[in-house]
Amino acid sequence: MFGFSRPQTIAFLAMLALIIVCPFVLYPVFLMRVLCAALFACAFNLMIGYVGLLSFGHAAFFGMGSYVAAWTMKTWHVDASIAIALGGLTGGFLGLCLGYLAIRRSGIYFAMITLALAQMVYFFCLEAPFTGGEDGIQQVPRGRLFGFIDLSNDMTMYWVVAAIFIAGFLTIHRIIHSPFGQVLKGIRENEPRATSLGYRTEDYKLIAFVLSTALTGVAGGTKALVFGIATLTDVHSSTSGEIVLTTLLGGLGTVFGPALGAVVMTSMENYLAQFGAWVTVTQGAIFMICVLAFRRGIIGEIGNALKLRL
Amino acid sequence: MMTIFGIPGPLLFGQLLLGLINGAFYAMLSLGLAVIFGMLNIINFAHGALFMMGAFVSWMLLNYFGIGYFPALILAPILVGIFGIFLEKTIISRLYKLDHLYGLLLTFGLSLVIEGLFRNGYGSSGMPYRIPNLLQGATDLGFMFMPNYRGWVVLAAAVVCLATWAIIEKTSLGATLRAATENAPLVQAFGVNVPRLITLTYGGGIALAAFAGVLAAPIYSVNPNMGSNFINTVFAVVVIGGMGSILGSIVTGFGLGVIEGLTKVFYPQASATVVFVVMVIVLLTRPRGLFGKAA
Amino acid sequence: MNLSRRTMIAAASAMPLAAARAQAPKPTLKIGCLTDLSGPYKDLAGPGAIAAIRQALSEFGIGGKGFDVEVLSADHQNKPDIGATIARQWFDRDGVDAIVEVANSGVALAVAGVAKEKNKVYLNTGAATSDLTGAQCNGNTIHWVYDTYMLAQSTGGAMVKSGGDSWYFITADYAFGHALQRDTTAFVTGAGGKVVGSIAYPFPGTTDFSSFLIGAQASGAKVLGLASAGSDLINQIKQSKEFGIKMRLAGLLLFLTDVHSLGLDVAQGIVLTDSFYWDMNERARAFSDRYSAVVKGTRPTMVQAGVYSAITHYLKAATAIGPVQSKADGAATIARMKAMPTDDDCFGAGSIRADGRKLHPSFLWEVKAPSESKGPWDYYKRIATTPADQAFRQLDKGACPLVKA
Repeated sequence: MFGFSRPQTIAFLAMLALIIVCPFVLYPVFLMRVLCAALFACAFNLMIGYVGLLSFGHAAFFGMGSYVAAWTMKTWHVDASIAIALGGLTGGFLGLCLGYLAIRRSGIYFAMITLALAQMVYFFCLEAPFTGGEDGIQQVPRGRLFGFIDLSNDMTMYWVVAAIFIAGFLTIHRIIHSPFGQVLKGIRENEPRATSLGYRTEDYKLIAFVLSTALTGVAGGTKALVFGIATLTDVHSSTSGEIVLTTLLGGLGTVFGPALGAVVMTSMENYLAQFGAWVTVTQGAIFMICVLAFRRGIIGEIGNALKLRL
Repeated sequence: MMTIFGIPGPLLFGQLLLGLINGAFYAMLSLGLAVIFGMLNIINFAHGALFMMGAFVSWMLLNYFGIGYFPALILAPILVGIFGIFLEKTIISRLYKLDHLYGLLLTFGLSLVIEGLFRNGYGSSGMPYRIPNLLQGATDLGFMFMPNYRGWVVLAAAVVCLATWAIIEKTSLGATLRAATENAPLVQAFGVNVPRLITLTYGGGIALAAFAGVLAAPIYSVNPNMGSNFINTVFAVVVIGGMGSILGSIVTGFGLGVIEGLTKVFYPQASATVVFVVMVIVLLTRPRGLFGKAA
Repeated sequence: MNLSRRTMIAAASAMPLAAARAQAPKPTLKIGCLTDLSGPYKDLAGPGAIAAIRQALSEFGIGGKGFDVEVLSADHQNKPDIGATIARQWFDRDGVDAIVEVANSGVALAVAGVAKEKNKVYLNTGAATSDLTGAQCNGNTIHWVYDTYMLAQSTGGAMVKSGGDSWYFITADYAFGHALQRDTTAFVTGAGGKVVGSIAYPFPGTTDFSSFLIGAQASGAKVLGLASAGSDLINQIKQSKEFGIKMRLAGLLLFLTDVHSLGLDVAQGIVLTDSFYWDMNERARAFSDRYSAVVKGTRPTMVQAGVYSAITHYLKAATAIGPVQSKADGAATIARMKAMPTDDDCFGAGSIRADGRKLHPSFLWEVKAPSESKGPWDYYKRIATTPADQAFRQLDKGACPLVKA
């Protein structure tokens, strides 16, 4: 079902159980932040794990999705579903424009180009009046979903966010386990061969990029509604770096890795926030340790030990 | 007051000078990056953090040891360069066999650690570093008012960049370096100690960044964010100039600084994005960069 | 000085302070100090503000009043989303009843919104924007110490009167800078002057203002209005000297710690507005001596004095309506604070208006020349006083929804 193998189905059901149980034990707003980060990481993982392209500027799509959702919600009081959908569309459209430029190169160049393009988006957001600059867009109402579900209650919002996450997660999984996904894997393994077989690899990569950025935009839009605020932090390069770390920590190219990475990272940030810049130092240290000794990430190592693909 | 195209002279030349100064920093930093990338095939994300360390070391030398600016110009690069060599030997050398992307990630993590530690220790608002007495004051050139220190920065940067270029392109050491970039095993077969060459190159690139840091200290106030403020633009400069081209980095660095300065005169809101816009144009028309070798 | 401040950060942020312990469970009021602990406003607020809270607590005498007080602190890093998240978490999860300080107008607006949503108390001492008692006012917020209107009226008005009738602004690009520029522009144009131009710089993070200063000089204006604060302002003043800027500098929000950083030789002659100066009268001197006994090597700025004053009044109100009621209903506590007249060593006798504006006189100071200064921290001489009823924007002009026309 959905292309899950047996161990993966078990893992998925375990994740579902956690999602259902946790809000009764833990602070729901914290959990919502975890879920948004997890969706962001899963969308990001689509590019690095399955297409093999490291995008260092994904924050641009997250942040723009966040801004658009916040602004439409605050100014036009649209339905929450429309605000989030607009966030996703913004992410996708921006991904189309930036991806068109970046896909021409691969490897390190792709990373650097995405970084630089994201910086451009950051500076645009800094200047553009609608983003509110340093103050951000504040006091964004949560509004209603589908016209009748009132989202101002934290628990109700939580279930909605959980549903969005599960939907996004399954969508990504479906993309990977489809003929399209198979071609992507082929491109990752041996691009010249795929080209010689007649596949227009540039187009496939671009489509994957757009899908990834669209889902990232959805994550951003959801986050804006949960916290009622969209700021420059969402488009800043440090957010891009963070999502790379999250996915790396969880396990690049694994199914459940990004989600677990998001849990670990968000918890760590929460705990360390009172200590100021130690968050940055710890993130950097984890980055370095992961690259040097722990390249498969948590889920990757577990999967390797159990000889499973997770 | 003289006007050019309706723009007052002091404004135009003032911004041009500032643009040259920014360009000087872009040039020095992208030069270091180009040298390191050429030899080690590593994108040294930590370059900005090491630039910042250069500024901090000069501040520490002044405030803890009473060592002034001019000795710091030599000492700080040496000290930070040694630290860079230490990094290379312990951490970075492990990555040579891996995909280049891991180098990027590792040095990114390194930059986070370094910046975070300094931010913890010194806060993020910055500490002042006085302009040395010799370079204080300003010269009224008639068409513009030039603070002496800033003129010195452009001069020092130009000299250092040209010296580096001369070493790499015109000396036998440079020739060996370039040969080792092309074909390391062959050069090693000739009896050259290539690993040591690589280590020294990394140290040299870092020292260049630290030197830029000392130059920057009086202008920007020594603060932990100064590196990250620059590094993203420097990456764009490197993409525009072409990776691995020494001359390309220098020319592009200074050139983009000037373009940025001019943009500040005519259309200030775009000044931060103009470098990236140029990058987009270059990517569309000449993807390997203005001076880059064919991919 | 570095070491004792660092010790304070470690001490204050690592564990919450508990006052006298009693065996029977007493209600505990929790105060959260949300401030800038690492950025450009660290010196004027920061750890000094936390120390001021402790001083207010110890002088109020918690033990015998039937409740405990706990103090938490956090660094908002000048980011509204971090500030809002911390505020939300403090109110929701950690049972904090009052947030104080917040030296950043963008964060302040966000926190005020959260305080209203959760019906808690927000005492703003550090942020400047007059919007907090204007369009964005609410029944859970009180604005202490100063605001952009007070600065504009005092410094701006004085500058224009002495011939500075053309202005160019260099503005921190966020709520504070915009509000300050807006309020000062109103005074400049109201007095017959004009604003020739302005430029906004990215905040935080800009340390080199040379290109903005060159643009300012080229504008030909007589006065350079610096709508910034903290280390940004320090850098702007220093670099103005470096570039030989001939315009008159209006440091619209200059603090004692900034003058200390600049040094009297650079700062002399600059005119500024503060509502508190450590040496302004007997009571202020007494408070400052007590403060400096704890926070060595420095004197309190008006923000830190404001924290002391706000917490003192908050505790009086909480005692009056009872701690349990105070914890349960922030708006009621605020209403009580507005009903009671204020009196403390820092600001003397004063009152709080319906829109949340604390009223006290404002003072125009000039920075002394090095030869006039008789000792450490002896920096200001008083030029003028504006009485409380004129220092702040009139009640009906603020567009505050709480004020019925």
